[in-house]
Amino acid sequence: MTPFSYLRAQSLQDAIAALAAEPGSRVIAGGTNLVDLMKYDVEAPRRLVDITRLPLHGVIPTDAGGLRIGALTPNSDLAYHPQAARDYPLLASAILAGASAQLRNAATTGGNLLQRTRCPYFYDVATACNKRAPGSGCSARTGINRNAAILGASEACVATHPSDMCVALAALEAIVHVEGPNGARALPIADLHRLPGDAPERDVTLDRGEIITAVELPSPRFGRHHSYLKLRDRLSYAFALVSVAAALEIAGGRVVTARLALGGVAHKPWRIREAEALLEGAAPSRAAFAEAADRLLQGAVGLGGNDFKIPLARRAIIRALTQAADGAPQSQSRKVIN
Amino acid sequence: MNDVLAYVGRPQPRVDGPLKVTGRARYAAEVAVEGMAYGAVASSAIARGRIRSLHLAAAKAAPGVIAVLSHERDPGLPDEDDPYLKDMGAVPGSPFRPFCDDRIHFSGQPIALVIADSHEHARDAAALITADYDAETPQVDLMAAKAAAYVPPEPRSGIPPPPPPRGDAQAAFAAAPVRLQEDYRVAAEHHNPMETMATTVVWEGDGRLAIHTKTQGVNNPKTYVCAVFGLDPDAVRVISPFVGGAFGMALRPHYDLLLATLAALTLKRSVRLTLTRQQMYTMGWRPDTLHTVALSASEDGRLTSIRHAAVQATSRYEDYQEPTVNWSGLLYACPNVTLSYELAKLDTSTPSDMRAPGAALGLYALEAAMDELASRLKIDPLELRLRNYAERDFNEDKPFSSKELKACYRQGAERFGWDRRRPEPRSMRDGSELVGLGMATGCWEAMMQPHAARATLDAEGRLEVACGTADIGTGAYTILSQIAAEALGLPIERVTAKLGDTTLPKAPVEGGSWGAASAGSAVQAACAALKEKLLAQARGMNGAFANAAIAHARFTADGVALASDPAATVAYADLVRAAGGDGIAAETEFEPDEEFTKKYASYTHSAVFAEVRVDEELGVIRVARLVSAVAAGRILNPATARSQILGGAVMGLGMALHEETVWDATLGRIMNANLGEYHIPSHADAPDIEVIFVDEDDRANPLGVKGLGEIGIVGVAAAIANAVFHATGRRVRHLPITLDKLL
Repeated sequence: MTPFSYLRAQSLQDAIAALAAEPGSRVIAGGTNLVDLMKYDVEAPRRLVDITRLPLHGVIPTDAGGLRIGALTPNSDLAYHPQAARDYPLLASAILAGASAQLRNAATTGGNLLQRTRCPYFYDVATACNKRAPGSGCSARTGINRNAAILGASEACVATHPSDMCVALAALEAIVHVEGPNGARALPIADLHRLPGDAPERDVTLDRGEIITAVELPSPRFGRHHSYLKLRDRLSYAFALVSVAAALEIAGGRVVTARLALGGVAHKPWRIREAEALLEGAAPSRAAFAEAADRLLQGAVGLGGNDFKIPLARRAIIRALTQAADGAPQSQSRKVIN
Repeated sequence: MNDVLAYVGRPQPRVDGPLKVTGRARYAAEVAVEGMAYGAVASSAIARGRIRSLHLAAAKAAPGVIAVLSHERDPGLPDEDDPYLKDMGAVPGSPFRPFCDDRIHFSGQPIALVIADSHEHARDAAALITADYDAETPQVDLMAAKAAAYVPPEPRSGIPPPPPPRGDAQAAFAAAPVRLQEDYRVAAEHHNPMETMATTVVWEGDGRLAIHTKTQGVNNPKTYVCAVFGLDPDAVRVISPFVGGAFGMALRPHYDLLLATLAALTLKRSVRLTLTRQQMYTMGWRPDTLHTVALSASEDGRLTSIRHAAVQATSRYEDYQEPTVNWSGLLYACPNVTLSYELAKLDTSTPSDMRAPGAALGLYALEAAMDELASRLKIDPLELRLRNYAERDFNEDKPFSSKELKACYRQGAERFGWDRRRPEPRSMRDGSELVGLGMATGCWEAMMQPHAARATLDAEGRLEVACGTADIGTGAYTILSQIAAEALGLPIERVTAKLGDTTLPKAPVEGGSWGAASAGSAVQAACAALKEKLLAQARGMNGAFANAAIAHARFTADGVALASDPAATVAYADLVRAAGGDGIAAETEFEPDEEFTKKYASYTHSAVFAEVRVDEELGVIRVARLVSAVAAGRILNPATARSQILGGAVMGLGMALHEETVWDATLGRIMNANLGEYHIPSHADAPDIEVIFVDEDDRANPLGVKGLGEIGIVGVAAAIANAVFHATGRRVRHLPITLDKLL
């Protein structure tokens, strides 16, 4: 770990100014990912700006009937927040599918959005990695790529975004509120994370000095037909090989609205509106689910070690949609997949 | 025998438990002394080649740095094999010698040691060290390396090579009506104990060192550092009272010990060196192993031939060996057996013993093949094993000292409900899950080693028993206290066991499951000798004892009494006072009975039953239930014994489904060197596990104990793999069985 200075921000403006003033600054909140990366010498910020005392806590109902989640809300507080758990069970389930109880207690909502890939080469400074050291090459493409992307990858980078929570937020079309040197703005979560392209060092579209202040959920629609299905190499405490967030509105035996997002397969939660549209208007059926799965996975390519993710993702999508349609969401504590 | 104070054979909570759960048990990295310096190791980025130049300037200039040691300026470590071969765990070859030259043998090899005034300064400076290398292409792929496999020219000490062939397996195979030949593979594993390797060397002045290090036996690191550094054994004390798990990886000394001692001697001050979790992957591991098993049988399921050939990974510089295939000549009665064992060299560190070395691997392959044979013969897998039950060790042509494996099969099957199993694979399901029931046999040799022990009674009637063995989390402190308390008729609260110190009576490393039988017998003998001394003292003090033999004496919480006249008692306090001094002590040496071991083969056995649930569409495997029925002689403490078997079972589950050390083939570098990505089973993966100890009367030692450290893991992976087959109809012959292998 490289020595760094530490600033406890007294106000949001303080923090923004501090980030803008010193290019080597990084925000720290829960620190569950950043501190590891610093110990591994993957990240070497010159200054940490601690925002944990800022008034960015709280889960508040919005006028639009949704929920505004302060960026510093711990993952566990959100998962067990009565209104969040009741109205957005897909989100609560996705959060509980991730990490461990201890990590969820420390990790924040904003930090979860900004966590970095778990590609093993990104973590090992003795290896080439374009995300960590731009221009050094991608070791994963021809190396160990079991957890690498099958969608949206580039020559430069095959990393995946590791979050479970973000997959649910993508399906729920959350809005991310940020504030920076040029004021406040809001963007759909789909526009927060980016594909690696030729700049894999950039995970997100935030500008320097911008801080996530809140995540806003639109009014709830998927209280009954939803499921978060996560498949991994052990039954707990492992990152997703593939995860699926499925949410449906069903009326009169037909799907009115469908939302479908994948985790563990791309540099960002993977969502294709056309795949969802294929479900809308149709009666829930295995055939319809398979068609949506195929559309969502269109263009998927493996690198060898992750080839299995393509058929696995297809099956997982069909299964999660079946669970959602049946109103029988996957439990995160009982490990039987229903 | 005093019935009220019968401790042996009863569940006794760990006597060291309160110390551990309150943090008062101090481990090697927790010893702190005034003026101590801190070390951090910089590790090689390449797996094979030479260091062209080391860049140490930034580290030397970093805050708090006291010294940087490396091969560049001869640090004074001998560059010859001999001293390093004093490691009792050394294997044939040329032991790894850090800082002796510019040669890189494995990725993560230590290339420099930073000593600083704090742990943080040392670590930060170590991160500044870089090197230019002349890199060579490493080989870390056993499948590629096996073309150059060889029979190890020199056997490893204590590890018997495969027994010579018996009968003609090839001819019997060719003539048999039912034949099977398959390849199996078990991925490389690392031990991953909670406690990382650490050494704190306390510089006591005048060249005296007190070395606190993580080890499975204090005498080995002492002998080793004395040989390597030319130290006077009287000036070196090694202390290791608590070990946070080891599973075999702390049998051999590692570079933390060498480098911490080097730094302390160089700087003439106390030094602590703790390795990182990643550095735990730069030493000892369970080697990647390829098996070919060929079985043949008559139509009614009598084995007519067994062939088992294994190729196992070792390092470029040492021929590490395990008894991997020998079990296949032992477990079943079969007239024609051919076993072979070869090594293949990789550019890695040397593998090491890891819980049931050899057996956990070899019996996976044999027991998976037996299951395939049962399936082909349409005979119940348990019945097939009973039809080929060995009543004799045919490897050495000896009777067993005891073998209650049939009772394991019977009691395990009954508890598990084996009779529920429908013979056809894919014939049992529950909702979306396929249900599979599988079983396998486990076996481990019941070994013993010479151990010395001392028992001392003080004037307050407190008993201390001391032995230089280690408690690596097994419960040694507890069982030794139980044995001693019962021998002297004392409440266990008045007994203290002292272990893990070279000033205590000598014991070898704690491994191979010999600890309970050996240290236990030594403590029992020391207590017996102490009783003789106490009685002798009593004879001189009370006329009633004048002609009393030991059989006439009763030892109780109060003192020595006569069985015939309990009123005639001499208090311990009086005995000790009369003897003069602080206490009465007796020290004895326990030696295994060679006559007995020449005559009998002594093994522990188990029958493991597993129920798995497999999601048919997604390949997700859950182990729903495990039953392990164990025959291991007398069980000293059913509570700690059960924990041993539970731990072994969970580790076996990891071997079956999760654990795999993953190397990048180009870089020769381990890419999952952390507990997040190297998957050991989580709580959610660990099922309901039932442990049965069957009665077994064994006479190999006075306690009737066989040992439990290894047997818990053996057979578990095969039972689970066989259950996965029964559930799915799919044979996955390469562990771990991850979900992609079932898609």
